[in-house]
Order: sequence, then structure tokens, then C-alpha cells
Amino acid sequence: MEQLVQKLKEEIIEALNLSEMKPGQIDEKAPLFVDGLGLDSIDALELTVLLEKKYGLKILTAEEGKKVLYSVHSMAEFITANKKA
Amino acid sequence: MSEFYIISDYCSIRDHEVVLHGKSVYNHADSGLQDFLTGIYQYFAVSYPKFYKMDKLSKLGFLTAELLLRNKNIHQQYAGNEVGIFLMNASSSLDTDRNHQHSILDRNNYFPSPAVFVYTLPNIVIGEISIRHKFTGEGTFFIQEKFNPPFLVHYIKELLAQGVIQCCIAGWVETDGQNYESVLYLIEKTDRPNAGIANFEPTSIQRIFDNEK
Amino acid sequence: MLGDKTGIQLAEDQRIAPEPFYASLVEPSLLQQKFKAIGDPGLYTRFEQMAICSVREALSNVAFNPEDPGTLFILSTTKGNIDLLEKENEQKLGKERLYLWDTARLIQRFFNFRNEPVVISNACISGVQAVITGVRLIRAGLYENVIINGTDIISEFVFSGFNSFKSLSTGPCRPFDRTRDGLSIGEGSGTLVLSKTRPQADASKLIVALDGISSNDANHISGPSRTGEGLFIAIDHLLKRNPLALDYISAHGTATPYNDEMESIAITRAGLQSVPVNSFKGYWGHTLGAAGIIETIMCVSSIRNNVLYNTMGFHETGVSNPLNIIDRVINREINSCLKIASGFGGCNAALLLCKK
Repeated sequence: MEQLVQKLKEEIIEALNLSEMKPGQIDEKAPLFVDGLGLDSIDALELTVLLEKKYGLKILTAEEGKKVLYSVHSMAEFITANKKA
Repeated sequence: MSEFYIISDYCSIRDHEVVLHGKSVYNHADSGLQDFLTGIYQYFAVSYPKFYKMDKLSKLGFLTAELLLRNKNIHQQYAGNEVGIFLMNASSSLDTDRNHQHSILDRNNYFPSPAVFVYTLPNIVIGEISIRHKFTGEGTFFIQEKFNPPFLVHYIKELLAQGVIQCCIAGWVETDGQNYESVLYLIEKTDRPNAGIANFEPTSIQRIFDNEK
Repeated sequence: MLGDKTGIQLAEDQRIAPEPFYASLVEPSLLQQKFKAIGDPGLYTRFEQMAICSVREALSNVAFNPEDPGTLFILSTTKGNIDLLEKENEQKLGKERLYLWDTARLIQRFFNFRNEPVVISNACISGVQAVITGVRLIRAGLYENVIINGTDIISEFVFSGFNSFKSLSTGPCRPFDRTRDGLSIGEGSGTLVLSKTRPQADASKLIVALDGISSNDANHISGPSRTGEGLFIAIDHLLKRNPLALDYISAHGTATPYNDEMESIAITRAGLQSVPVNSFKGYWGHTLGAAGIIETIMCVSSIRNNVLYNTMGFHETGVSNPLNIIDRVINREINSCLKIASGFGGCNAALLLCKK
């Protein structure tokens, strides 16, 4: 899980062009939207593209999206829970 | 009281150089466009992380406007809705269009990106400048094969005369592959003749546009 | 077309999207048939054929000579010949065709217009902005007549982009409706002629394009302002300069949850919540660069014929600020109309039309 969280932080920085951030600056339990990193609606869409592209996982509803994309930690949990054996 | 329209300042970014008010303030030969733009951003300590999300066209326009307006305290003189932005180029957003097209080439690796797609419209540059400087005034993006001072000048003069705007940023912002060029002018009204760099006329706009080459 | 039928249908075209999609497409055989009468379809792209057919039809009604030096042609489009990007390297028609100035010049040459054409590419407000620009150019004495064409085509490029934004509807779009879930993509071409001189013999058909204003939200490059800032500023500024009672508002009404909500806020802030308002997008979808022209033409039709057209796709209001949404055809005297539009980049435009 630790490794996945670290990898995710790097992938998020790359996908969202957060070029002035380092993975160590992202608190994995902090909210990604509104507070925390303060990401916006385009970032949310880009993160769903990231999950699909890198992990083959689709988010089906906006409600599900809100939960999964809450924090890096919740994204990692989603990936771990849905990983195909 | 007479009203004069003047070019009070201009900024250009082209040929690896940034020129502000007639003086070279930064240059970096031998760098690709992205690195060159990042170099300008860092050198002038712009501090606006959204910069990194922009495409090349928006970065170019954003930085040119940023330096043009630096130290001007424009909000002390004008309300946000009094400032117009009128830009022109030849290639629209073709550069970014090609990126988006590339992402949909292969149906087996099909991941179009909203962050790329949003920049497939040239007027997003106007949006980025507006957001940064809180300008809520008029704005239009025109496409012409070459920079067209007579059209721009006569149109803007009409808007100034009618009081639709009180000042504006106008000019040319173009990227196409590794080619790039932006020249932005700050146009204002004044009651003093011979103020600013030059009168706002097609000849002076063209002269400034050509001089740097 | 008007009243009870929508032009938005479920289409299947693997070149545009892997799955069937709802869109309002121009029937290819109809277009070819129409264009064959005036030009060689082999020499012109789909976009150009649509634009040329539209301009030609509009010019058949004008009283001035379009080739005279006092006439300007403006092209309003978001993406032009963007479908040519699919085979950029195999381009038989020339690489320049991707450039909007080249497309405009091609249309200029076809009709022998004298002046260098102007292209306005300003997202979804391009059409309304083009009319506003045309009005100003004529008022400034720079031109006598302005011919404005707005055209955009459906392409894989545009479809995939809107899809990535998850902003496409699951059926024909439902503007302002409680169950609305996105926009329907459309394509089309419309031509408007602005003239200082009398364009038609019949004075009763004269509609005045009075004035227009645009404004930026200065908030976000794709999401509309939650307070409808730019649109409110544009409407407010426009009505302060031109105080008059409004009989009708033609909204942008794309049927995305956010756009329609934002418009309801801006319209209410401007004190216009009881003015009858509709959206045309339920009839032929969102035609992007053509929308502002096609919909302004519909406004002209409303004023001329004293009729308000119902909002196709609307059943029950779904915006937080209740508006007076036109839900059936109403015959009533219409003397003035406000056309509004909003687009990516935070741009907004408002245009006033009235009877002479």
C-alpha cells in the first residue's frame, strides 16, 4: 500500500502538471479537492483518466468519483480493492 | 477635453528574447520553446502554479501579459470590467489540436484528456489572462494570416470612443510547432498629447511590431 | 422543425465515436446534392460546402452588391476544417486548409468578396461575438455591409473532447430541465447579413441589431462562474447602455447542469427572471461556432413573426432561480430580444435585437 501511495503521488503530480510539488509535500489523507491541494473539475476528470489508463479501473458515477477521489489514500484503497488477481 | 489614444507600453517574446518597453530583459538562446517559457516564468518569479497546466500558446500569452502589466498597478486606474483583451494569431490552437488528435489516433489506447482538450480553443489565452488579472471586460480572439494592425486599431478605437472599454491589451500571440511570437500592447486613453510610447495608430503599432526583428 | 420534433438522433459513425451517440448531423447526401449545383464537391471540404451553401442562400436576398469594397465577410467558427487533422500527412487539399484564415479566404474567393475576411474563433460565443463585431464595424463607418457566416462540423476531434469532459447527454438534450444531463453535439451553418443600407425591399422584415457586449468571468477556463459573473456583467452593461423593455431572451441553454444553472443566476441577477426565455439547443444540438448565428437568425424569425418557440426537451424546471421558460409555442407581439451565449475560456456575450 505504501509503495502504491508513493507511486500514485508521482503519477498525480505528472498527470496534473503540479510541477512545483514534490511527492513528500502531499499528505495522502488530506482532501484533494476544495481544501488540501485545491484541485478543480478538470483535475477530477484527469484523475479518472489516470485510473483508467494506468490501472484499468472505471469510475461509473459522480457519487463514486467523489468518494474514490477524496484523497490519495482513498484512491489507493480503490485500486487495491479492485485489483485483478 | 481632447481624448488621445496611446500605446503606453508593449512587451514581446520572440527569437529567444523578452523585450519590455524597448529593452531586452531576458534571453536564452538554444532552448526549446517549453524550456524557454519555463525559464521566463522562473526568472521573473511569477509564482502562479496554474502556469504549468497551460499549453504553449497560453503560456506565451500569459507571460507576455504578465510582464506587460508588472508594476503597472492597473487596478488602481481601471475597474476589471473596463479592460479589454483583443488577440490575434494565424494558427489558432493548432499546436494543441495536434496533441489532442494524437490522443485519439489509436482506438486501443484511447484516452483523450480534458486538460488538453480545453486548450484546443485560442480564446483560452484570453481566459487565462482574465483569471490572473481579474479582467471581466470585453475580449475577442481573431484569426488572420498576418498581424493586421489597421483592423485591430480601427476596431479598438471605436470601442474606446464608445466607452465600451477604457483601456485594453491587444496584439499577436502565435505558436506553431517550435515557431512562436507574441507582441502585446497596452492601449490607454489620455488627455495629454504625446504621452506614452506612441499614438495608437496602425503605423506605430506596425513599426513596433517590425522593429524588434 | 419547430414545436414538437427534435433533429437530434442516435447516430452511428465509427469515424466519430466507437459507440452510438446522440447528435444532430447534416445529412451528407443532401449537402452533396445542394453543393453540386454550385461547385465541385471534390474541391471543397464538408465544412466549406456547408458554409458556401449557406452564404449563397443569404446573398440571394440582398439589395447591395456583395463584391463592392464596402462589404466585409466574417467567419465564425471554433475548429474549421478540423477533420482534416485526421489525415494531415495525406492532405490532398493542402496543409493550409487547417488554418482558419485560409478557409475564410477560400469562401471570400468563391464569392469574390473584396476585403480580407476576418475570422472570429472565440469558443461558443463566436457567433454572437461576430454579430456584435459586425455591428460595431458598421457603426464606426468602416464598412457598409457585413456578411457573417457561422459554421462548425461534428468530428471525432470534437466529440472525443466533449466526451472526455463527460458533458454529453444520454439522449436528446433537455435545456433547463430537472433531468438534464449534458449537451447534444450538433453541426450546421448559418449566415446573417448586417447592412447600413436597406437589405430588403420589405420594411416589415427589417430587424435592427442594436448593440452587444461581451465579458469574461475571470474565474475558470472551462467551468461557468457559480455567480454567473461575466454573463451578468455583459447583460447589465448592455441594458444600461440601451435601456429598453425586453420581450424575449434566447438563452445559450446547452443543457449541461452547470451552464443552465449559471444562466438562471445571471438572468435573475439582471432582474429578467419574468422575461420569456427559451433555448434552441434541443432542436439541433449545440452547433458551437454556428450556434450564435443560427440562434440569432431564430431570434430574428421570432421578432418578425411575433412568435415564441418552445424549448424542445424541457418539461420541468431544474434550475435554482425559477425562470419564465417557454414551454409551448406562443403567438405574441415581440419587439425586442436579448440573445446570450457563454463559452469555454469564461467568455460571455449579450446581443440586443429589435424591430425597426
